Amino acid sequence: MTLSLEFLVATGIGWVTACGILLLLRGRSFPVVLGLSMIGYAVNVFIFVMGRLWTGAPPILGTGATNFADPLPQALVLTAIVIGFATTGFVIELALRNRHDGGSDHVDGLSDEDVRHREGPPEGYK
Amino acid sequence: MSFLDHLPVLVVLLPALTAVALLFIGDGGGDVHGSHGHHRLKWARRVSLASVVLFALLAALLVARAADGSILVVRVGEWPAPFGIALVVDRLGALMVALTAAVAVPVLLYATGGWDSHGRHFHPMFQFQLMGLAGAFVTGDLFNLFVFFEVLLIASYVLMLHGQGRERFKAGLHYVVLNLVASALFLIGVSLLYAQTGTLNLVDLALRVPQLQGDDAAIAQAAGLVLLVVFGFKAALVPLAVWLPGTYAATSAPVAALFAIMTKVGVYSLLRVHGVVFGDGAGSGPATGPAAMAAEPWILPLALATCVVGVMGALASRTLPRLVAWLTVASVGTVLAGVGLFTPAAWAASLYYMINSTLVIAGLFLLGEIVASQRGDAADHLEPGAAVGQPVLLGLAMLLAAASAAGLPPLPGFIGKLMLLEAAAPHAWVVAVWAVVLGAGFLTLVGLARAGSILFWHVRDDLPACTASGGSRRLQLATGLLLAMTVAMSVFAGPVQRYTAAAAVQLGDRAAYGRAVLGENVQTTRPYRFDAPAKEAPR
Repeated sequence: MTLSLEFLVATGIGWVTACGILLLLRGRSFPVVLGLSMIGYAVNVFIFVMGRLWTGAPPILGTGATNFADPLPQALVLTAIVIGFATTGFVIELALRNRHDGGSDHVDGLSDEDVRHREGPPEGYK
Repeated sequence: MSFLDHLPVLVVLLPALTAVALLFIGDGGGDVHGSHGHHRLKWARRVSLASVVLFALLAALLVARAADGSILVVRVGEWPAPFGIALVVDRLGALMVALTAAVAVPVLLYATGGWDSHGRHFHPMFQFQLMGLAGAFVTGDLFNLFVFFEVLLIASYVLMLHGQGRERFKAGLHYVVLNLVASALFLIGVSLLYAQTGTLNLVDLALRVPQLQGDDAAIAQAAGLVLLVVFGFKAALVPLAVWLPGTYAATSAPVAALFAIMTKVGVYSLLRVHGVVFGDGAGSGPATGPAAMAAEPWILPLALATCVVGVMGALASRTLPRLVAWLTVASVGTVLAGVGLFTPAAWAASLYYMINSTLVIAGLFLLGEIVASQRGDAADHLEPGAAVGQPVLLGLAMLLAAASAAGLPPLPGFIGKLMLLEAAAPHAWVVAVWAVVLGAGFLTLVGLARAGSILFWHVRDDLPACTASGGSRRLQLATGLLLAMTVAMSVFAGPVQRYTAAAAVQLGDRAAYGRAVLGENVQTTRPYRFDAPAKEAPR
């Protein structure tokens, strides 16, 4: 049995998205930013794949080819990458500022003391 | 082409260019002490105000052009419609741009009363926000809608944090992260829809989605429901509404007032995508396919739940901004209930109610801050405090706003709700709609009456009465303008109602929409076939 390219790409996107969601649900701002970035990557590949996976098909007319890849998702993904880059930069800056002003990198502004109180001591902690 | 044919572009370009100019002017380096009175800030205010007034004039021209039913189309770069990006303004688009202007002018006037000096770059960000809003309302392309969403969101992130402070940063982080997740979902929905139809032009989508059959239709439906989540999040549809009260209550009053229009971007997008692209065409145009009405079972029940949750939140609020923020949720619920009925009459009622509720909510945010500034230490907390400096003026303004928000006759909130109740009569859910809309109106009144009586009557005699210092002329003028507009909505109810009714009918007429944008012989062929490519010869 051979695995199709579509199956591999789809599984990969699903795996990265799952990791992104897991990180997004963490309580500290750094994993949240990482999770957002991973979801961003997954979405970018997803957009790209929505133009279908082609091999040996140029996106340009007049090259003598009979199959043509759809160039539009490639243009869309560029836009999405640029916007994602800018917003990631912004959210990192905001998280840093939040940490600086609030004295904690917890997304709800809880101090380390509060987190320990809420979640109990970490494993192996006496 | 005359100058006026370019109106859809101008409403986007004007704020964009003004924002760039404002960045060059600068604001005198605002810091924590404020740069109030700095000559650069004074110039920034003049330019910004002049630009917004001009924006309002352009919006009025746009409404005047669209009022006769013509659809203004600008093909950017002269690319033919389904391939290039087309800006399309029909009655609904023009109405939304005008509503944006109607909120923006008083809010900016209010902000120049001092808020704009509490941080840097308020004016450029305000203009970028307007650019994003105007762009979202004029674009006729789904991906372009995403781009303008991002423009208005990035500006809103900065505006939301304007003035800074710990609480604002905390709420801001939540707001930004949630919106970024929503943007990711938006991209997934858009690209899924593209994969099934091969187009992103909203008109072309409206013509191709009904043609989908079988598996393609099912995937398009899934894409539509992903987009429902995104737009529902923006519009604050329960269960995606919980972010709104904290965010709006944490930010500064003029920004919260401007954000009153942001939830309406979600409503507008829902109407465009689920009303038109996935709509049933109201009996005209191409036959509906299996993908149509993907969101129909969801919107109405969720909207009614939004109404209920909104008023419950309002009743439980302990501060005035939070109360108004929950009322925003409740009003969105009422508007979306009309959208969810999927008839032109209900859409007309929704649009009419939406204009009024946006103006009232914006006015209430501004009024709330003026009242809070005159109550000493109690500020915006709903607990007995010092007597307000100008009880008669502010009390009457509060009464007017409350009556309009709750929908008491003869104010426009009442007219809008009456239209909605009438439109719901033939629907199977009529009892639920009537009960929720009327009940929500009553509870809104209770909530606002409780707030008003605490603010103005439960005065602690042991505290000295406050002076009217917090309410400068400019702030009161700006708030008065918003409230005056809601009264005007009542006086000119006839023309406004005819306009919204015509806008709703126009939304249902997909054939005319298609002719205006794509030309007479409507092309709906897919430029790319996605059938499995012929097996390539192994190399």
